[in-house]
Amino acid sequence: MNPETSTASPQAGFFGPYGGRFVAETLIAPLNALEAAYERLKNDPDFIAQLNALRRDYVGRSSPLYFAARTSQRLGGARIFLKREDLNHTGAHKINNCLGQILLARAMGKTRIIAETGAGQHGVATATVCALFGLECVVYMGRHDIQRQQPNVDRMRLLGAEVRAVDQGRGTLKDAMNEALRDWVTNVDDTYYLIGTAAGPHPYPTMVRDFQRVIGEETRDQCQERLGGLPDMLIACIGGGSNAIGFFHPFLDTDVTLVGTEAAGKGLDTALHAASMNGGRPGILHGNLTYLLQDAAGQIEEGYSLSAGLDYPGVGPEHAWLHDSGRVDYVGITDDEARSAFRQLAQEEGIIPALESAHALAEAYKRAPTMSPEQSLVVCLSGRGDKDLATILETGE
Amino acid sequence: MTRYTQRLEQLRHQGRSGLVTYLTAGDPQTGNTSEALLTLARAGADLIELGMPFSDPMADGPTLQRAALRALAAGETVQRTLASVQRFRESDQDTPVVLMGYANPVWQYGVDAFCQAASKAGVDGLLLVDLPTDQGQPLRNACDANGMLWPRMVAPATDGQRLGHIAEQSTGFLYLVARNGVTGSGEVAQVALEERLAMTRGLTDQPLAVGFGLRKPEHFRALNGKADWIVIGSALHDTLEAAATPQEGLTALAAQVAELRRALDVR
Repeated sequence: MNPETSTASPQAGFFGPYGGRFVAETLIAPLNALEAAYERLKNDPDFIAQLNALRRDYVGRSSPLYFAARTSQRLGGARIFLKREDLNHTGAHKINNCLGQILLARAMGKTRIIAETGAGQHGVATATVCALFGLECVVYMGRHDIQRQQPNVDRMRLLGAEVRAVDQGRGTLKDAMNEALRDWVTNVDDTYYLIGTAAGPHPYPTMVRDFQRVIGEETRDQCQERLGGLPDMLIACIGGGSNAIGFFHPFLDTDVTLVGTEAAGKGLDTALHAASMNGGRPGILHGNLTYLLQDAAGQIEEGYSLSAGLDYPGVGPEHAWLHDSGRVDYVGITDDEARSAFRQLAQEEGIIPALESAHALAEAYKRAPTMSPEQSLVVCLSGRGDKDLATILETGE
Repeated sequence: MTRYTQRLEQLRHQGRSGLVTYLTAGDPQTGNTSEALLTLARAGADLIELGMPFSDPMADGPTLQRAALRALAAGETVQRTLASVQRFRESDQDTPVVLMGYANPVWQYGVDAFCQAASKAGVDGLLLVDLPTDQGQPLRNACDANGMLWPRMVAPATDGQRLGHIAEQSTGFLYLVARNGVTGSGEVAQVALEERLAMTRGLTDQPLAVGFGLRKPEHFRALNGKADWIVIGSALHDTLEAAATPQEGLTALAAQVAELRRALDVR
């Protein structure tokens, strides 16, 4: 290991009091190595050129900024635009992060990739980039999630990944992440852990944000071109928060209103939600200090949401800080509100959104009518909803 | 002289390594935690690591994950764990007890309040797996203020510079994680471990503990005298799980611990 990186600065990777690196000592050296590799490559012209070429030719970026005319007309307020991450290859924003990290893993000489997945979108994106580069891929997925997201399991297997079912806990994303961390601590020498959201030990929250920033950067350029300036408001859904942080980050130093929607499940006044900021408190899990759903004794509780991509009981540490600082307004959207927005967008715009993204849409439907037609609002449509058809049809009105 | 330094002195006098037995507090398979602690001490444990169960034991293999989840399902809390130590202390004032666990339950309890309560209950030290030394200062201070040890862990990939830094922060002993991986299964490369022990001796005066993957009397025989403390955990819980009743489990546990102790006593 490089001696210059062997003792990380104690404040590296903190967002206010949140973030950090709360892991077993065995993972400190590989995290230092990862941080050093990322710092070296992130400004390397060859690395950037390679990433940009893949974004353009493989993912299909830039993703369109679509004006939702019928929706805007019905709501009679702000003009609503959709940032179409659902049109990316593999159908969600997850591929942005996976491409960046797989190039990093290759540069580090790693031959085996592991990942955790909840809804399966990150697992599919990871399996995809592993197929692209011919790397061994193991995806950990909770038993419960495997049952409710079978099409994504089939996709991962078709792409050549091994999907390992996790039976611990309730068999959801939290448990899959525990198991991925256990694999990593055992196989640190040849294995790269490709975390799917802007959470976990430093440098993951920063690195994943940087790879997802392309969403916000494109949005900013597209708004400049289409609106002649900045939009008035951005809305994105929050599970771990990777699409939201990438979308928001280039706008943090502007006065654009930023709104994040957490999964309020059956309601914030019930035990069945996954709103770690609106319904949890700070604690330590999965390598970082952040808002968590937990009981009085500090045992982690399961998150609940109709959407498998939002039921993580924590949130990325930068969101925790943006919540405390008040820069971003985090609100809850219930299952019912998301389900209704899902159907509305399908019938009004001919776009089937991911249930996760439907949480952001539902908030846009509330906010737009309170704004003027001169104002504009952009929703990050983080993924497409084909994977959610079974859930919607099962639980339909 | 503290309970811990006294025990360390005895071991040095006897010229052998100390036997450290890990037990998950509140695991219903032990029946009663304070009784299980007494069983361990009477069977020959020189120091007891008492695990505080956490919902997400990321550094543990399947055996200790199950033990933690069983304990939580049975209603184990920090308060109950401390009460078990307090009852144990009514019968045993000599065997040091180090609490082991994950950061969040301690953090939620309150770092200072936790260390005060633990010390009052008769706990001798605190070892948190997921709190690296860089983040450990507040806990180190709270342990110091309450006369508790704050041992730290080092891994196979921890380089010399960092090891020196960690050893400075560590009190009581430095815990060498024998191999990359979680607790329980996996083979330990004996020669490499002995080399690491010798190399670490050159870098610090701290007493050294080794653990992770050491399960058999021959492991203990081979390391005897080379480490100050040798830790066994998952293998003990495997024994408890295999027993038909908690009572039978404790009997088998006592026999297993006695055999490990014999491996260290016979030089």
